[in-house]
Amino acid sequence: MGEKVTIEIPKELYEKAQKYIQESGGEFKSVNELVEFVLNELLSEEEEETVFTPEEEEKIKQRLKSLGYI
Amino acid sequence: MNGEYTTVSIPKPLYERIKNIIKDTGFTSVSSFVIYVLREVVASYEQEKIEVFSEEEKKAIIEKLRKLGYI
Amino acid sequence: MVSKPHGGKLIRRIKRDFEKEDIQTLEVSLEQALDIENICRGVFSPLEGFLDRNNYLSVLENKRLSNDIPWTIPIILDVSNQSIDGLKEGDDVLLKYYDRNIALMNIEEIYQWDKKQYARYIYGTTDPEHPGVSKIYKMNDYLVAGKLELLNSVPTRFERYTLWPIETRILFRERGWRTIVGFQTRNAPHRGHEYVQKAALTFVDGLFVNPLVGWKKKGDYKDDVILAAYETLIKHYYPRDVVVLAVLRTSMRYAGPREAVHHAIMRKNFGCTHFIIGRDHAGVGNYYGPYDAWKIFQEFPDLGITPLFIREAFYCKKCDGMVNEKICPHNEEYRIHISGTNIRRMLLNGERPPEYMMRREVAETILSFENPFM
Repeated sequence: MGEKVTIEIPKELYEKAQKYIQESGGEFKSVNELVEFVLNELLSEEEEETVFTPEEEEKIKQRLKSLGYI
Repeated sequence: MNGEYTTVSIPKPLYERIKNIIKDTGFTSVSSFVIYVLREVVASYEQEKIEVFSEEEKKAIIEKLRKLGYI
Repeated sequence: MVSKPHGGKLIRRIKRDFEKEDIQTLEVSLEQALDIENICRGVFSPLEGFLDRNNYLSVLENKRLSNDIPWTIPIILDVSNQSIDGLKEGDDVLLKYYDRNIALMNIEEIYQWDKKQYARYIYGTTDPEHPGVSKIYKMNDYLVAGKLELLNSVPTRFERYTLWPIETRILFRERGWRTIVGFQTRNAPHRGHEYVQKAALTFVDGLFVNPLVGWKKKGDYKDDVILAAYETLIKHYYPRDVVVLAVLRTSMRYAGPREAVHHAIMRKNFGCTHFIIGRDHAGVGNYYGPYDAWKIFQEFPDLGITPLFIREAFYCKKCDGMVNEKICPHNEEYRIHISGTNIRRMLLNGERPPEYMMRREVAETILSFENPFM
């Protein structure tokens, strides 16, 4: 078991999330699991957006600058 | 008491990564970010209750709308 | 799809059969009577009555009801110390506006409130010069919470223009609209308003023009004038069947950003999917930043109606048309800003404002009233 961090959320929101889980047909076992899934999903989207290294980014910015785009 | 809270727990590495991406975004804590995201997820799913009006009511309303010139 | 009611359920609490037994009565003001009817006919869904203390504080502190549903303006019933005498929690009480039975309320809670705290949270200021704040300070010290059941409508001069959420929902569906943009107004339309509405209408199915009628400041357009002016504008300048004009009877609170969200929620209940938020929406004086009413929407990923932030329109001589900041590259020297205040002044002097400010037909309609202003 890895280390966990606890986060505060409104009780009502927690309960809505619980209802969501029940109605979504057993995909998630707990609110913890749902939160973890959604956050991971978001992070992977975020990572797709940054498919270049900082060096690449710098190079591209240089080119855009030389062309007058920025 | 007003505004009761409860807790969820997520793996530490995930917590750290979230903390990292919310820098300079206006979210002041991982908690406020998680609340935001969860509200969005739950709202998109909230189901509309069955329509609260009967066929007769609907007919009467359509009649009124027609009389007022809306239809 | 027409928008879901806020909180998922369209509230309709209407009671037709009522036998007058020995029941305590409470006189309500016009404004309170309007709130009551708005609650019972679903304009304020998911509210079923006036807020209890828990919900009241939650709205103040979290901008949400205690069940986490977004709600930014407390809907409360204040009652004088005399009237509170003899009332207790659990009682049924008949609410009357003059001699008309408006509603039944089951009293759930009677509590005191801190008006300064209210002002700070809702208006962002405790300055009694603020019209909303000064109104709050004049209210009674006790609030009464409880669910309502409507007995009779509040009388209105605008029967012809009164539609309730269930009616607009059916109407929008009859017209085959899937996306509807709501427009809030307290003014007769000038070219800037027309531009903003048409900019939105370009990518949705229908426009719901929803003037707020009721309590006004001196110098404001009279309600009849606003309606007549819109009728004229729609007749001459809008395609048939893309607009619905109906009134909303509720008071302006001048609470800026919080009220902008409240305005959006009410229109969501009418079935709108989009809502236009103006610059300094529901603002007054210099109490709010010009774009505060846009920023607040970031706090509500779960609002369920899409705010449209459309910049103020002006006439640009170089562009030769109505434009806005985002689409016009020219300098101030080419721009003519349309000031509602200027237009009002011209109309007050019996002058017709130039066509680039206000449509000729609209101006003539307004001028046909003996006194178009309050």
